[in-house]
Amino acid sequence: MIAEFGLVALWLAGALALLQLVAGAVGLSKGGEALSGLVRPVAAAQGVLALVSFATLVALFARTDLSVKLVAMNSHSAKPMIYKIAGAWGNHEGSMLLWVMVMGLAGAFVAMVERRLPERTMLATLAGQAFVSLGFYAFLLLSSNPFERLVTPPPEGNGLNPLLQDMGLAFHPPTLYFGYVGLSVAFSFAIGALVTREVGPAFARAMRPWVLGAWIFLTIGITAGSYWAYYELGWGGWWFWDPVENASLMPWLAATALLHSASVLASRDALRAWTVMLGVVAFSMSMVGTFLVRSGILTSVHAFAVDPERGSFILALLAINIGGALTLFALRAGTVTEGKRFAPISREGALVFNNVMLSAILGIILFGTLYPLVTEAFDTRVSVGPPYFNPVSAVFFVPMLLVLAVGPLLRWRRDRLDRVGKVVAIPALLALGVAAFLIGRGVSLLPYVGMALAAGLAVASVLPLRERNLRRTPLAVWGMVAAHLGVAVALFGMASDSAFKVERLVALRAGEATQVGPWKVMLKSVRPVAGPNWTAMEADMFASYEGGIVTEIRPQARSFWAPLQQTTESALVTRWNGQLYAVIGEEAPGSPGDGRWQLRLWWKPFVTLIWYGGLLIAFGGLLALIGRVASDLRRFAARGKIACRRERQGR
Amino acid sequence: MTNGTGEKRAPVRWALWLPLALFVGFIVVVLFGLLRPAGNEVESAMIGKPLPAFDLPAAVPDRPGLSSKTFATGENGGKPRLLNVFASWCVPCAVEAPQLEALRRAGVEIDGVAIRDKPKDVAAFLARNGNPFARIGRDDVSAVQMAIGSSGVPETFVIDAKGVIRYQHIGDIRPDQVPMILEKLREAEE
Repeated sequence: MIAEFGLVALWLAGALALLQLVAGAVGLSKGGEALSGLVRPVAAAQGVLALVSFATLVALFARTDLSVKLVAMNSHSAKPMIYKIAGAWGNHEGSMLLWVMVMGLAGAFVAMVERRLPERTMLATLAGQAFVSLGFYAFLLLSSNPFERLVTPPPEGNGLNPLLQDMGLAFHPPTLYFGYVGLSVAFSFAIGALVTREVGPAFARAMRPWVLGAWIFLTIGITAGSYWAYYELGWGGWWFWDPVENASLMPWLAATALLHSASVLASRDALRAWTVMLGVVAFSMSMVGTFLVRSGILTSVHAFAVDPERGSFILALLAINIGGALTLFALRAGTVTEGKRFAPISREGALVFNNVMLSAILGIILFGTLYPLVTEAFDTRVSVGPPYFNPVSAVFFVPMLLVLAVGPLLRWRRDRLDRVGKVVAIPALLALGVAAFLIGRGVSLLPYVGMALAAGLAVASVLPLRERNLRRTPLAVWGMVAAHLGVAVALFGMASDSAFKVERLVALRAGEATQVGPWKVMLKSVRPVAGPNWTAMEADMFASYEGGIVTEIRPQARSFWAPLQQTTESALVTRWNGQLYAVIGEEAPGSPGDGRWQLRLWWKPFVTLIWYGGLLIAFGGLLALIGRVASDLRRFAARGKIACRRERQGR
Repeated sequence: MTNGTGEKRAPVRWALWLPLALFVGFIVVVLFGLLRPAGNEVESAMIGKPLPAFDLPAAVPDRPGLSSKTFATGENGGKPRLLNVFASWCVPCAVEAPQLEALRRAGVEIDGVAIRDKPKDVAAFLARNGNPFARIGRDDVSAVQMAIGSSGVPETFVIDAKGVIRYQHIGDIRPDQVPMILEKLREAEE
């Protein structure tokens, strides 16, 4: 019964999305104004129904209702409760339902709250949102129904991929989805603005909190995903340029660019067409990324559903949504009136440069991700990896960071470099100092440049606060400073890890010890342990940093039985200046019984700064979001007060 | 910075269609990838030809390097061998590792060529994913890779006892393809 209830809610939500689209479109035409009052309430109802449908699926997973095909395929009664619930979105159908749920709720929220834009633009925006959602409803209902029943329920389910049975990962996909789908609101705003040609500061201000919110979620999602890959896959790396990682990075890059160009549009009324364009591109990248992952068109360690039929369906959706939006853009952008002018050396100029560099990085990542597909068309298969991505993206990343150090210090409209020259000298000298210090220490080029840049950037990023009254500095400025500082911190972590990590591969007997960088690690014993749905070989090791306090660490090699799979649970010791990373492998070959175990140990100086930096970036976004929303609310309240007083005075 | 200047002048009309054109290009590429049969059965021009001569240094200390001469001697009792082209930075190669291990357990001798790699990274990769290789040659400039007609990683070649290339498998060996590879080895033995 519960499953059918969820399915009905989903169908109803889809029908309401259709109504929302029709009412919005008719409401925009002459003589159809009567229908326009319908759009906002329908959008709200659609969001609620989508939420109900999703809640139903979660309930089915929580109860492990094996008569539902999706549950039987992806869950297991012996799983801990939290992973049963997380299992609801750890598969193709469930994650698509999560997607439409978030999209419906976002649309409902916009419909209820946003009153700043002209009503016609709002109608077009909500109709656009309904149009995009409709495609996803059709996809769910026609080709991947999450509520499908089995005629004969199996006695037990297949289980969830054990790699996904991890707290971090249980909440990683929803975080990313909030980000992806939050960008759909920016997309709809762009469509609305193009339809009514109302591109201006009001449009940018309405869109900005959504872009900021989505961007915060994407930042957290990417940071968390990177940390998950780092400790769960047991490879000691934190970024693999895997298609799925690229799929999350590309919308982030577009959203970052959009965030900056929207500020220019909001405060200076420049970059109109470009901002609209980025609004379309950011969500398009979310959809393209999802498509590349879901269609199984690219070989990826993350792909869950390899199904050409589904792939074709999402591709058709992409073609209609993105193709339609870009056609609208091409037709309308020429008639969007020109924005304000500015000199090349100005805050706007720096932001344009940052935008172009971000777009270029986005372009080369998209190209690198798709390149295997292009060559496949010519019957050759290739795999594009770090040897391409690292240097090519650095070519654009390094100039962007240089401009990032100077840009926030420049004035709007027009400025002179010699005015900021003295201020910038401090970080520049620091960067050069670090560069000189590192010469001859065997650091390769990219980490070398990264270290020097990170040091300079860290100082440069707080410079916008100088000569300001810190108490009266707007939150948005604090946000910018925090986010830019976060970039410097993350960059330092990446460069430090690449330049100074120490790796050791050893085979040890119980009682033997080895040295990894400043750490001394002793293997005490290896013994089998059992968990709720796995067994493991667990190493008991003692690690001490430069002869200091001894810490006990226990890396495991786990074997799950539903489904059968091996995973590694690395053991980490975190210090302020880095992490010790330990993984246990198999019993050493060639000498069975003599009890030697393969161990992989890394000392990774300052590696944690990568993720702290990522979180700092997200925190900066959060500060900016709170600042923006608070000032919007204040303006709202003030306007309400004025209107109220006027009414009382009978004017 | 074309975008900044484009903003100042009246926007150039054709430039506005550029994103759409790029997107159409994307759709075409993807459609091609999606609809063509997932054929690994690509006949290489090198099939039926002897292995080109090469002599590669060892990629890791605990395995010897790889020379084309070792293939033609028939020292392996006239059995055909697999030549696997891989790299530590290649994600599908890691995915493929269990299948290579299964082939090794089935008694197949596998030689490897590590493409554009560092000994340290190769060693780490093998420690991580297992080492099914009897010999591993180090090909830092993709010279051998080009010579044997491979354009990417991973690829696997069936080489018979006379040193002739009998089969080329492009992409990773999936678990369900292991029997097919064994069949190709059997064919090469005859």
